[in-house]
Amino acid sequence: MNDQTLFSIFFSAMVVNNFTLAMFLGLCPFMGVSARVETALRMGLANIFVLVLTSLSAWVLNTYILENAPYLRIISFIIVVASLVQIVEMVVKKIAPVLFRQLGIFLPLMTTNCAIFGLAIFQTNRGYDFLQGIVFAIGAGLGLTLALVLMASIRETSELSDIPAIAKGTGLTLIIAGSLSLAFMGFAGLL
Amino acid sequence: MRTTTPSQDFIRGIWQENPVLIQMLGLCPALAVTNTVKNALAMSAATFFVLCCSSVLISTFKSIIPKEVRISSYILVIATFVTLADMMLQAYAPVQHKELGAFIALIVVNCMILGRQEAFASRNKVYRSLLDAVGTGIGFTIALVMMGGFREILGIGTFFDIPLFGPNFEPWVVMVLPAGGFLTLGFIILGMGVYEQRKQARQAHGEAA
Repeated sequence: MNDQTLFSIFFSAMVVNNFTLAMFLGLCPFMGVSARVETALRMGLANIFVLVLTSLSAWVLNTYILENAPYLRIISFIIVVASLVQIVEMVVKKIAPVLFRQLGIFLPLMTTNCAIFGLAIFQTNRGYDFLQGIVFAIGAGLGLTLALVLMASIRETSELSDIPAIAKGTGLTLIIAGSLSLAFMGFAGLL
Repeated sequence: MRTTTPSQDFIRGIWQENPVLIQMLGLCPALAVTNTVKNALAMSAATFFVLCCSSVLISTFKSIIPKEVRISSYILVIATFVTLADMMLQAYAPVQHKELGAFIALIVVNCMILGRQEAFASRNKVYRSLLDAVGTGIGFTIALVMMGGFREILGIGTFFDIPLFGPNFEPWVVMVLPAGGFLTLGFIILGMGVYEQRKQARQAHGEAA
């Protein structure tokens, strides 16, 4: 059991311990999908959705089924995440085919997105209850979206500037991420 | 499929296709737990174990695993070995286990491991899959220890807990914080870019002359 207030969980997950910039979770989409603001935003929203679903199922699984078998956590969580992503993929394909096409490969790739799996693990380790878990998921998702959109806007701007050829690509992205991470450290004193 | 010799399978993962520095896979552990050399080593050892065991197992059973559910089967195999690694670390290195925390469990979603299964172990003989896994594992270890070394020396002023500088050393704290991880990897990759560019320029120069 954890007695943090909902607001502090939310705020901590969103900016202070931002999943991407402070905990390095979900770096693959952060590097891969952050070239355009619009795609980044959409990816972020899809992430929030899956994160909330994951938090919900991880909580149910952990409270009712895995009570006496904590050693099965890793295996069962990854199965839940994988099947959840598959279900979300099918649902989105059925009810919003346009969105499905826009998200493309990134939707199935969410299975191996450490942010989703990490959320389930962190939530369990910290003993969050149902409501705390949901708030944690929303906060983490908004934090991911924030990081993605910030990164994408910086990269869009940097395309127009004069950058030495060797710095283009991953090197530059990492340095920008480092500066963003430095900036986010400023939030550390808030809580 | 291009053919390679067994020694190429081994060497490739160490440098040419280094998982972290070239392919940008498994970045999450590479950045998160490399604030000291010890943590980096513990993480690499756990990943190395999981990678080798799952490569061997998957390569052995490659003809039985149905194609449609292969990814899920790989993930299950990997998850099993991660659970084993988690328990072993907890038993034999409790301090390191506590420091690494949830990141041990996160080895499951390390794209490098799944990538090696899909790209290599599922199509090659057992011993070559093992060679490939050992090579990739060594490459991963080198990258992690390099990052850990830079960050520990600059951020704490020690290497493997041995103080390197005098008592007046002012540690560059930011290097052990998350931002330092991004910056260190960024500079390593920039450095490699410069090296490659120089090499190409030299080659072009040599051909012209």
